[in-house]
Amino acid sequence: MDLSIASILALDGATNGAIYALLALATVLVFAVTRVIFIPQGEFVAFGALTLAVLQLGQVPGTVWFLLVLAGAAAIGELVQGLRHRRAAKRIALQLLRVLAYPVAISLVTIWAAPKNFPLLVQALLTLALVTPFGPLIYRLAYESLADATVLVLLIVSVGVHFTLTGLGLFFFGAEGFRNPSFWDARFNVGPLTFSGQTLIIFMASVALIISLWLFFERSLYGKALRATAVNRLGARLMGISSDSAGRLTFTMAAFIGALSGLLIGPTTTVFYDSGFLIGLKGFVAAVFAGLASYPQALLGALVVGLLESFGSFWASAFKEVIVFSSIIPVLLWRSLTDPHGEEH
Amino acid sequence: MAALQRFGLPVFAAVMLALPALPLPDFWITQLNYIGLYAIVSLGLVLLTGVAGLTSFGQAAFVGVGAYTAAFLATKMGVSPWITLFVGVGLSVLVALVLGAITLRMSGHYLPLATIAWGLTIYYTMSNMEWLGKYDGILGVPPITLGGISLGSGRGIYVLIWLFALAGAVAVTHLLDSRPGRAIRALKTGTTMAEAMGISTLRYKIIAFVLAAVLASVSGWLFAHFQRTVNPSPFGLNKGIEYLFMAVLGGVGHVWGAFVGAGVVKLIEDQLQVLLPKLIGTSGNFEIIVFGLVLVAVLKYAPNGLWTFVTGWLPRRDRVRNWADAPRLPARDKPVRGTPLLEVDAVRKEFGGLVAVNDVSFNMNAGDIYGLIGPNGAGKSTTFNLITGVLSLTRGQVRFAGQRIDGLPSRAIARRGMSRTFQHVKMIPEMTVLENVALGGYLRSSSGAVRAMLRLDRAEEKQLFAEAEAQLQRIGMAEQMHELAGNLALGPQRLMEIARALCTDPSLLLLDEPAAGLRHKEKQALAAVLRQLKAEGLSILLVEHDMDFVMGLVDRIVVMEFGTRLIEGTPQEVQASPAVRAAYLGTEH
Repeated sequence: MDLSIASILALDGATNGAIYALLALATVLVFAVTRVIFIPQGEFVAFGALTLAVLQLGQVPGTVWFLLVLAGAAAIGELVQGLRHRRAAKRIALQLLRVLAYPVAISLVTIWAAPKNFPLLVQALLTLALVTPFGPLIYRLAYESLADATVLVLLIVSVGVHFTLTGLGLFFFGAEGFRNPSFWDARFNVGPLTFSGQTLIIFMASVALIISLWLFFERSLYGKALRATAVNRLGARLMGISSDSAGRLTFTMAAFIGALSGLLIGPTTTVFYDSGFLIGLKGFVAAVFAGLASYPQALLGALVVGLLESFGSFWASAFKEVIVFSSIIPVLLWRSLTDPHGEEH
Repeated sequence: MAALQRFGLPVFAAVMLALPALPLPDFWITQLNYIGLYAIVSLGLVLLTGVAGLTSFGQAAFVGVGAYTAAFLATKMGVSPWITLFVGVGLSVLVALVLGAITLRMSGHYLPLATIAWGLTIYYTMSNMEWLGKYDGILGVPPITLGGISLGSGRGIYVLIWLFALAGAVAVTHLLDSRPGRAIRALKTGTTMAEAMGISTLRYKIIAFVLAAVLASVSGWLFAHFQRTVNPSPFGLNKGIEYLFMAVLGGVGHVWGAFVGAGVVKLIEDQLQVLLPKLIGTSGNFEIIVFGLVLVAVLKYAPNGLWTFVTGWLPRRDRVRNWADAPRLPARDKPVRGTPLLEVDAVRKEFGGLVAVNDVSFNMNAGDIYGLIGPNGAGKSTTFNLITGVLSLTRGQVRFAGQRIDGLPSRAIARRGMSRTFQHVKMIPEMTVLENVALGGYLRSSSGAVRAMLRLDRAEEKQLFAEAEAQLQRIGMAEQMHELAGNLALGPQRLMEIARALCTDPSLLLLDEPAAGLRHKEKQALAAVLRQLKAEGLSILLVEHDMDFVMGLVDRIVVMEFGTRLIEGTPQEVQASPAVRAAYLGTEH
């Protein structure tokens, strides 16, 4: 290996690392606020990439029907709960409207817009608008009534959600893989390196998202409310911060970040209905590097994962997954030696 | 009903083992083979997840280790299956020990995370290794032969699979009803109480994980010789999740739940694989949608699984009282009355900037009852936790019977003869009062997991239960010993904690608010018991709010306020002290 290959690999690793970083941030965020270890984070990535791919073909993506199914299930849940608590019909209707309005509206917009072949950027925004509501709906359906369960139960639920979403992904998107067109075809040569426009977009989008997350948590009341919930759920609740709405907001952000990652990664690799799992798990490894707690460490971990992967695939391409996933073991060893007391929540 | 419980297992075993002799179609024998194989793996998860409160998504990977070891050694090197079994188990134990030692020191969710990585790693390794046949795997695994008889047919291996499955079930049942089993059952409710009883919780977490890995590896060995070929696909992460699903569905925490879960999942999976593609119109792995939904629904609406619907019908049977003539457990030599027992020297605890305990000192002699009193938030319980090693000291020294104990873990302090109760009762609600109290006898007994599984521990068990019953008798709770601890009211739960502490044969007993939640009569009875204990030479340090209770009972009192020691003296001196009055009632200005 010479320097030019090394620098190409490093660029490649850093590019993927930037995407893993986004997923790692989402994982840390979800765990901190809701204590859910959100295995299905990667599913949003696949849904994002596939939705855009189908829109590119001028067809209505399966995401629409998928979203309507979830919204319908959530509405039925609300209805049952409303009837059980003998709430007034008007209040139940209002609640149903609140659950259904946005998913139905965005679905109608998509059905209208799909055959019109709008520019790529418009379709990308539509994809984000379509995948993001998956987050709060999944939280509502799977986790909300279990908010006080142990981390272990929530983790097993996550695995169940992952199974369901993968299976439904196959149903709604089919087994075919897609590769999206690049957002920006320009190329820049810097020494031995060739930056593609897509690489730059990935870096810029990641940095922009990280900065806006930072601003959100530091400057906005909602962000501070989420941080408060992460530190002490009961305390936050006593201050009037509903842990349900904190959970929904967190999952909304997680789904948005996942969908965005899907848009970014779509042009660099072929995405299938189940590709999200491995991509998400790499973000996950980065989050574990950070002990599921520290955002800066998660960024660093994501970069390491990206580099491990790119150099790993150069040296032993068949074993790149083995290298990436077994790297978690020495990290855990180091964590357990430096801070063994993480007992009893 | 009683007959059903007594003969349920032997009848079930006899029926299962006799089935292949009946004219059952081969299809059903094959189904039952798979169910048996899956049940062996789920059994491990019952122990790990249901009982110990940990979990693993990597059990399929351990199955793969067992299967690939068997296939590789048998086809490439001609090693006998009876040897490869032990090699596969040995490898799995090694991996489980490494993963367990690394992750189990940290909070419970790091083990499942590490097993996800482990499951993926082993899957991609198997899929890419030239010498393991890559994605094609290894073909032509020879059948197991036993005394010249080949177990190559489905019916042949059936007997072996079900022998292992039933033996596994019996072994796990035996383990759960034993000294190490109670230690494993204590893990789920947190480690503080178990450590205070002298149990190394890390050790038992690792034991549970290793046992689960062994069971999975045995299943893999059987699988390789049943299928006669191995390839990576049945050992992937999805299969690992499916095993967990079986355990959760069947009733995680119940040995027979593993069998119910394995059976239901296998049969439904087959139906769904035919039905769903027809319904949907294309082929694909759609049954996982149903699995995922059912998994979430089970955890939400029936977290104890299907087996509880069966146990709900069965009456609970009291333990047979067979320990009447068991010899007493060995007791330690108690320190001589009047010699220095506990010397607390300027102990200090800081939580960040907050000084919870500020250089508190006091000495107590053997045979005394000391009371530690003070307003809420004075640092009494924190002081207790510092003495017993539950919290680490920021500064200061504690000597117990002349030896330094500060900095030792709580189980090492327990071993030296200090036992305690907790302000918030810590117990295992699904065990009986007797079993909870027997947990206190942990350090006075020695049987390990293997002895327990083979039932070589029965003599010692009798001693433990005899001791537990004696302590319950002492505290006036003998008639409630078969009650589930979780069904007791708060007062009796506190008394049970005292009995459990007494069961450790302590020379110093620390009671954290023993009278809270007791009615007046119960308080009087408790005071009588404590006086009797003192007469027997036991030393007691107690935190209490009820002044009548404390004043009539103790020899000396230490009063704390805002983390500092206010005064130490006899009850009369303390009652006369203006400083104490000011602390409790405020001062006039």
